[in-house]
Amino acid sequence: MTTSPFDSTLERREAATLGMWAFLATEVLFFGPLFFGYVHGRLASPDAFVAGSHHMHIVLGTLNTAILMTSSLTMALGVRAARTGSGSLKTMLTLTALLGLTFLGVKGSEYWMEAKEVANASGAELQFYFLYFAMTGLHALHMTIGLGVIAWLWRHARGFGRHYHAPVEVSGLYWHFVDIVWVFLYPMFYLLERYSA
Amino acid sequence: MSTPSPNGWGYLGEGYTLRSWLTTHDHKRIAILYMVAITAFFFLGGAAAALMRLELATPAGDVVSATTYNKLFTIHGVIMVWFFLIPSIPSVLGNFLVPLMIGARDMAFPRLNLASWYFYVVGGLFTLGALVAGGVDTGWTFYTPYSTRFSDTNVLLVLVGVFIVGFSSILTGLNIVVTVHKLRAPGLTWFRLPLFIWANYATSLILLLATPVLAMTLTLVALERLFKVGIFDPALGGDPLLFQHLFWFYSHPAVYIMILPAMGVASEIIPCFARRTVFGYRFMAYAILGIASIGFLVWGHHMFVSGQSMYAGMVFSLLSFLVAIPSAIKVFNWTATLYKGSIYFSAPMLYALGFVGLFTIGGLTGLFLASLALDVHLTDTYFVIAHFHYIMVGGSVMAYLGAIHFWWPKISGRMYPETMGRIAALTIFFGFNLTFFPQYLLGWLGMPRRYHEYPPELQVLNLFSSAGAAVLAIGYLLPLLYLGWSLFFGRRAPDNPWQATGLEWQTSSPPPQHNFEQQPRVERGPYDYQPVR
Amino acid sequence: MTWLPVAASDMAERVDLLFYSLLVLTGLVALGIFVLMVFFGVRYRAGSSADRSNPPAQKKWLELGWIFTPLAIFIGIFIWAAFVYAGFYRGGVDDAMTVFVVGKQWMWKAEHANGRREIDELHLPVGQPVRVVLSTEDVIHSFYIPAFRIKQDAVPGRYTTIRFTPTRQGEYWLHCAEYCGTDHARMGGRVVVMAPDAFAQWLERGNQNPSLAARGFELFRQLGCSGCHVNSTVHAPDLAGVYGRVVHLSDGRTVVADEAYLRDSILLPKRDVVAGYEPIMPSFQGQVDEGQLSALITYLKENK
Repeated sequence: MTTSPFDSTLERREAATLGMWAFLATEVLFFGPLFFGYVHGRLASPDAFVAGSHHMHIVLGTLNTAILMTSSLTMALGVRAARTGSGSLKTMLTLTALLGLTFLGVKGSEYWMEAKEVANASGAELQFYFLYFAMTGLHALHMTIGLGVIAWLWRHARGFGRHYHAPVEVSGLYWHFVDIVWVFLYPMFYLLERYSA
Repeated sequence: MSTPSPNGWGYLGEGYTLRSWLTTHDHKRIAILYMVAITAFFFLGGAAAALMRLELATPAGDVVSATTYNKLFTIHGVIMVWFFLIPSIPSVLGNFLVPLMIGARDMAFPRLNLASWYFYVVGGLFTLGALVAGGVDTGWTFYTPYSTRFSDTNVLLVLVGVFIVGFSSILTGLNIVVTVHKLRAPGLTWFRLPLFIWANYATSLILLLATPVLAMTLTLVALERLFKVGIFDPALGGDPLLFQHLFWFYSHPAVYIMILPAMGVASEIIPCFARRTVFGYRFMAYAILGIASIGFLVWGHHMFVSGQSMYAGMVFSLLSFLVAIPSAIKVFNWTATLYKGSIYFSAPMLYALGFVGLFTIGGLTGLFLASLALDVHLTDTYFVIAHFHYIMVGGSVMAYLGAIHFWWPKISGRMYPETMGRIAALTIFFGFNLTFFPQYLLGWLGMPRRYHEYPPELQVLNLFSSAGAAVLAIGYLLPLLYLGWSLFFGRRAPDNPWQATGLEWQTSSPPPQHNFEQQPRVERGPYDYQPVR
Repeated sequence: MTWLPVAASDMAERVDLLFYSLLVLTGLVALGIFVLMVFFGVRYRAGSSADRSNPPAQKKWLELGWIFTPLAIFIGIFIWAAFVYAGFYRGGVDDAMTVFVVGKQWMWKAEHANGRREIDELHLPVGQPVRVVLSTEDVIHSFYIPAFRIKQDAVPGRYTTIRFTPTRQGEYWLHCAEYCGTDHARMGGRVVVMAPDAFAQWLERGNQNPSLAARGFELFRQLGCSGCHVNSTVHAPDLAGVYGRVVHLSDGRTVVADEAYLRDSILLPKRDVVAGYEPIMPSFQGQVDEGQLSALITYLKENK
């Protein structure tokens, strides 16, 4: 027999939300050393980093940014649907998932093309590529987990409504966080000194 | 006021099968699962230390080989830091007491709580696996490039084990933070919280924010070892100091994870056995927050001779002096709490007073290490070893034992034998000082750490230290024996054997599964003691 | 049995003054707290007849007092210690006797300017300032002479330096103080401080090697350095008297050309390019070992 520690659904939702924010703080600190490594490497070898950035596929990267940000929109609409019980939750979740999958597909194709180019890199430019693969790879891993969460929400969509929607809200927070991480990764890797290219 | 549970054993009586324990969501049972696990690891880490002190009784390296010694101090550090000290008070006593002390039925996320224990166990299994596979010889600090390119021992297994146990830390911290924010009983405002809660809350903030940095740093070491990327290895274009910065950014706050809960324990025990309120409650609470926050800014004091810039050293030195101030406040306030009290020298009180004394010595020696010019000579010597053992063992372990004794009636429903408790406390206090005080002298004389052999002139001090270790070992075995004995033969405990304040004492010993028959309302501050003649 | 460490360098005397002062101060504080704890413990033990009326829950002035008094004392200690610490690194490029020390698993190799080499031993003249330029061939080591109160990590990929003056003749321990693998505890030996004339004799006696500078000059030609840097059509900086010179770099920074700068210029020439020059110098990473680097650098130091 499990005793619920909460006295009300409101208390439970507030706890879940605070818990997700605390978890997202740990995620910031988890990505943190990689950001620090990037700053360290870019200060030490700015030219190599710029060279590395010029090898990135900027069209695909920009496309992916647009896709991911749209998925945040659909996710937010899904959260609102859950809150108001409007019935479009499943649609929004499906759209979010499709956009997320597309993002991963584009990323995968980029990795495929880059793997060959990277094999010839060395020195500081190799460091750039390592950071690129590590950070976007970690990001993609988080997105995959997010897709799993969305799938779970989709399966239980009927149970959410005005009275109970904390899981959708909390998942929305997670999805937006993953999006925000990408908003930093995109310029860091794709946009170095592009204006002069 | 409380009604005993049906069979009189509260949460302990809700199921006797192994399965009921391994699938529990009850924070009190999870606390016990942790207690069993960390006790096992404590004695394993202690065995490694015993072998080390045996080797160091004589100057020659004649008991174990150099490689074996290197593996011993590595596994001693890894086990004691990550599998004993960090989880000890938060995951055992924090898990048990936080909901009780705030009048809640359980933690905010009971299933995550159980998951955190399983993360601990799996992490522990990987680490034990590394041990069985032949050990690791990098030191618990994994400095590069030795750990990434030169060591041919089972480094990856240990890295995985520590990475996984990090999740245990994070989930415990998450649970405590959300629980304290959201589940306090009506009337229990922040400044009516017991200092034990403040301490574990601040610790949990550190657990949340520091542990992920360790996780990523260890991942990078593993990637470097596997794929020769060139992050930390200069031969591949990397920077060994980058590793040190990342590692110590976690590992310094980690030592505050180890000491803050201990300070919280002292603030519960001393008022109770002095029968008066703690002196300077607000300053104590702010000091806890001060230690936690400034503690994130001092990591470079581990790197004064590492090759980092002299100016960076000065910044870190100044901040390290600053973090000593809130700790000093706490020592003064504990001392002042004895003034005009009515003092009982029970076993928990002996542990708590021993904690204050030994923490004071350890903390004062921290000033030597914070002083740049002195640290040049003292770093990487036995002076540092003595310093951190005074704080982590003389401090945290004594506080942990004091806490176990103080709350044993509540946890087990039994009283431990008081005379044995006092004997053990005094044995440990004596054994501890005999073991570690000579190490200050050894460090000042210039004996480096991680040495299994040393110049013969230093034997007398080393012999004292090894003798002390034998006494200390006996001291630690005593509670294991008589606490175990008390589970079967100890006197049945009343609800509040110490006449202590605190909501946990307002329910039965042991508490029912849902903690309180009726949710408490709080109208007063904590430590509402009146000294009696 | 030694109870107190011998002080055998200029830094040791300054460090010891600070140490013993701090010991007295912290000893008094610790004693004070213990005396108070015992006093309160006895006077206010349960059942005693002491006055327990109105036990104070707080006293703001007292608490602020014991915040700001330690703070002032701590800042004083910090400043004193920081000043002494700066003494380990001051001097930059000057006329102190330079010894190149290379750490490797598991020995210390020292080379004096005249080419005399030693392993796990370091002979020095009393009263003469010394700069030890440290490097390592493999992992991090730490060069530690307790009697001098000096310690400095040797970090792969760079030079680190420490400066001191031995003030007492005698033999002292040399240890490695950063764990470096299997024989870390055996990586050490002795430092021998001699009278200046005895040292001069020792330096000459038994030395079969050409001086560091002479070897450096050979390498300077063999590796092709002179091909660009001496009377060449290639636009490369003139290296005569470069050591100690203030150099302006292409990114706007100015640095003093010390051993670390010269080392980086040979191994990582694209890192600090001199203003007005193209980054065309090739790297010699992998072509020169630590011993050759110290020879080249000593040659450049003496090539005024």
